[in-house]
Amino acid sequence: MNLLWQIFLSFFKVGAFTIGGGYAMLPIMQKDLVDRLGWIDEQEFMETIAVTQSAPGAIAVNTAIFVGKRMAGLAGALAGCLGVTLPSFMIILTIAVFFQNILQWQPALSFFAGVRPAVVALIASVAWKMGSKLVSGPFYIALFVVALMAIVLLPAMHPVWVILGSGLLTLAWSAWLRREVE
Amino acid sequence: MLDLFFTFFRIGILTFGGGYAMIPIMEREVITTHGWLTQAQFLDIVAIAEMTPGPISINAATFIGYQVAGIGGAALATFGVVAPSLIIMIIFAHYLAKLKNSRYGIALEGITVGVVALIAAAVFTLFQPAISSWTEGAIALVALGLALFTKINPIWIILSGGIAGMLLL
Repeated sequence: MNLLWQIFLSFFKVGAFTIGGGYAMLPIMQKDLVDRLGWIDEQEFMETIAVTQSAPGAIAVNTAIFVGKRMAGLAGALAGCLGVTLPSFMIILTIAVFFQNILQWQPALSFFAGVRPAVVALIASVAWKMGSKLVSGPFYIALFVVALMAIVLLPAMHPVWVILGSGLLTLAWSAWLRREVE
Repeated sequence: MLDLFFTFFRIGILTFGGGYAMIPIMEREVITTHGWLTQAQFLDIVAIAEMTPGPISINAATFIGYQVAGIGGAALATFGVVAPSLIIMIIFAHYLAKLKNSRYGIALEGITVGVVALIAAAVFTLFQPAISSWTEGAIALVALGLALFTKINPIWIILSGGIAGMLLL
């Protein structure tokens, strides 16, 4: 299958099933990009999220552009961007044109009430899968605990500080290790 | 019409850190500055954006663009809100490759751990609004089991959660 088409299709799926905030896309991307297509590994997946979360804009859109660019240059970036945007665009247009009163339609509300706990569980499963693969060794385990505590204790803190902070701590640690050796 | 594009371009640049950061900025632009919508209409759009798939920013841009200027307006507003991402991500992609191959590349390993912590923390934050009854807890538990111990595509797990919701909630 044509690579651009595959990028478009993968991110179309992400766009169509990201319900309930940016992180809801993680399980779908992990399944498609890491497990099924093997375009990126776990480490690269988390690096990508770090980058796409440190920039303005929706995480899902940023990630689609970033991965698309990496796989197929500028055309890939556009294919990813179009793929992730199109489902929302079509769904919202349909709602805007035909049923503006969807908020009163009980079956839709019940459907989403059931989707939400499933999505939380899926995000938890991604955290577990990524964590068990990537958080290993005493330093990284300690870093994980410190980062988690910082996020929980300071809920207003922007994620970019966690990302920068953990990068800097790791640099400091590796510099210190090197000095010990010498 | 062009105003729609530039307004959403600005919203796209200013929203650092995901959909919810965008809401107050969008509110100011759309209600106070341009008077495109009333407060009540805006709240409805946010609620619809939250329950439909896709990033909130895209959903809101499409909806507001349509309200203001029809399908063309929807397309312009949506393009406006993603255009900054296109530009910025293409620049970032270049620099990430550079950083990875430099002597500071090790920092990325730590950054990865930080991101895992962010995702784990998100589970705690999302837990309370999503799971407030035993039925919802049961849906979450089944979904977690399926996600960890089977190879079922998450899309099916999401849809099954929705169907269970229609039957049970």
